[in-house]
Amino acid sequence: MTAAIAKSTAHSIVESTPRAKAVAGSLVILYAVITILPLVWIVATAFKSQSDAIAYPPKVLFQPTLEGYVNLFTVRTRQTPDFIAKLPPPETWYDKLVRQHDMVIAGPSKVVPRFVNSLIIGFGSTFLAVFLGTLAAYAFSRFRIPLADDLLFFILSTRMMPPVAVAIPIYLMYRQLNLTDTRLGMILLYTAVNVSLAVWLLKGFIDEIPREYEEAALVDGYTRLQALRKVVLPQAVTGIAATAIFCLIFSWNEYAFAVLLTSGEAQTMPPFIPFIIGEGGQDWPAVAAATTLFVVPIVLFTVLLRKHLLRGITFGAVRK
Amino acid sequence: MADVILRNISKRFGAVEAVRELSLAVNDGEFLVLLGPSGAGKTTTLRLITGLEQPDSGSVMINGRDVTLDPPGSRDIAFVFQQYSLYPHLSVYDNLAFPLRSPARRVPEPVIRQRVEQTAELLHIASKLNNRATRLSGGEMQRVAIGRALVRDPSIYLMDEPLSSLDAKLRAELRLELKRIQVELGATILYVTHDQVEAMTMATRIGVIKDGQLLQLGTPREIYESPSSTYVASRLGTPQINLLPARLASEIVLPPGTETIGIRTEHLQIAARNGGRLIGRVHRVEHLGEQNHVHLDYKGQTLVTLADPRQPLQVGQEVELHLKHPLYFDGVGQRINAMVH
Repeated sequence: MTAAIAKSTAHSIVESTPRAKAVAGSLVILYAVITILPLVWIVATAFKSQSDAIAYPPKVLFQPTLEGYVNLFTVRTRQTPDFIAKLPPPETWYDKLVRQHDMVIAGPSKVVPRFVNSLIIGFGSTFLAVFLGTLAAYAFSRFRIPLADDLLFFILSTRMMPPVAVAIPIYLMYRQLNLTDTRLGMILLYTAVNVSLAVWLLKGFIDEIPREYEEAALVDGYTRLQALRKVVLPQAVTGIAATAIFCLIFSWNEYAFAVLLTSGEAQTMPPFIPFIIGEGGQDWPAVAAATTLFVVPIVLFTVLLRKHLLRGITFGAVRK
Repeated sequence: MADVILRNISKRFGAVEAVRELSLAVNDGEFLVLLGPSGAGKTTTLRLITGLEQPDSGSVMINGRDVTLDPPGSRDIAFVFQQYSLYPHLSVYDNLAFPLRSPARRVPEPVIRQRVEQTAELLHIASKLNNRATRLSGGEMQRVAIGRALVRDPSIYLMDEPLSSLDAKLRAELRLELKRIQVELGATILYVTHDQVEAMTMATRIGVIKDGQLLQLGTPREIYESPSSTYVASRLGTPQINLLPARLASEIVLPPGTETIGIRTEHLQIAARNGGRLIGRVHRVEHLGEQNHVHLDYKGQTLVTLADPRQPLQVGQEVELHLKHPLYFDGVGQRINAMVH
């Protein structure tokens, strides 16, 4: 009798009711849709023709085409239909696609070298920032360093003004040192900006790792560096992964310095993408294609490190 | 195997004097237990021996060699920490193999396997070798932690309260096992604890330490039966030794200078009144099954004694007290070595 009453009215305070679950679930789905929609729109636009891309009202259903990608990867010249008719038959599917618009392919575009620049500069500076940050964070965490707090504040203070505020001095310095428009210059610049973030983030993670672990290794005959590599790093892997993602996202997306300091050789994707619009009308599908490609490495990198990020939740769950 | 000698070592952390002029010799094959409350300097003493801390003064000798300035790795020591002793990212096997895989040691992998398996056998964890270190129970973790020290064959094993995080039952179990292993291997162990039972049951000798100073060093029996001060006397024995101000016992003959009389609970005997000079009143009786703890009121002072559970005692009943082997202490708590009975 009492059990029946309890069943009909009371609900568990730990188990949520089906209705609450449904509400929470739909909120999450709604949020996900809102966030993902722009990305979906970009991916879709990359497969539209130029006229479909700017159609009003916007087209949700359309005839997909690879024009955007072809335009992104090639440089084309406009020719008369007579000239095109005299040419030998197109050798490839993309030759054929381009000729439909009275154009011929003149050569590859600069997107591949720019993409390679982004990869080298992005991952290079991320690696350096995380490497230096880990060593510095370990030192701050474990050794008695004179003025450690002041030094840490000094490191953090480099992030207090917007990086662009120092753009002119850096431009002048780089010109003196012949670092403008070089990959090395960009790697050093992004490393300098990221290393402060890396030191602070990683110091927090390394502080959490009990010293006893390394001390045990030291007593067992390992050197300080060996103990760092064998004991501390495996346990800081969560923090290192999170820091690496933050650093990569910054240097990958950075625009202001890239515009200012690179124009050719070392140009990265962010300043390159706007150029695509200018080459032959408003080629939104090509821009969308470039943007899609641009997002891929970050997504891949995050997915690869996801395992370590999730482990962060259980970090420190070992007996205390 | 060898002996470890500490000569007048001192260590200060800022304003705190953790270890003061401490001298101690651990003999070959000995199980020496340092007993003291937390903050007494026990752990610091161990860390000074390992080299994880440098003494401000004094020296550490291992095997007749002065190692005061040597780095931890070259001192030939194994250390069992109080906690955080296992690497959570490694399996039990790899945890046990870790000390042997040290680049300084260069033990070939087949030898490592053999040593690890032997040790696992010794500690009854052979079936857990492939588990992750985090998938073990508390008792198993601590076995592995001890195993990490045992895989090596160092001059001395240092253990910093290795059983303190376990529950009472496991602690009792591992206590016996650790003693068995020590005897089997003939190992030299310096063991630190605040648990008097661990000290009494395992030690060859006990060193009682307080405020960074070694108060007394001796066999468990010596320390228990002949403590050098009221502090040492009250460190050992449950219930604690009765400390009776001498002025309340003017009825009996005391050696000159006595300020406090120490009577172990088992040495305080009670009997029905029969002309005895010390009379107490039963205040409370605790039944523990195999024995009773009887709390007596003696001139406003509470004394505790052990009694046979079958002995009929009423609260409020007056009994006469007999002191066997009383210990006499002076005004500052130091023992007076007088043979007065």
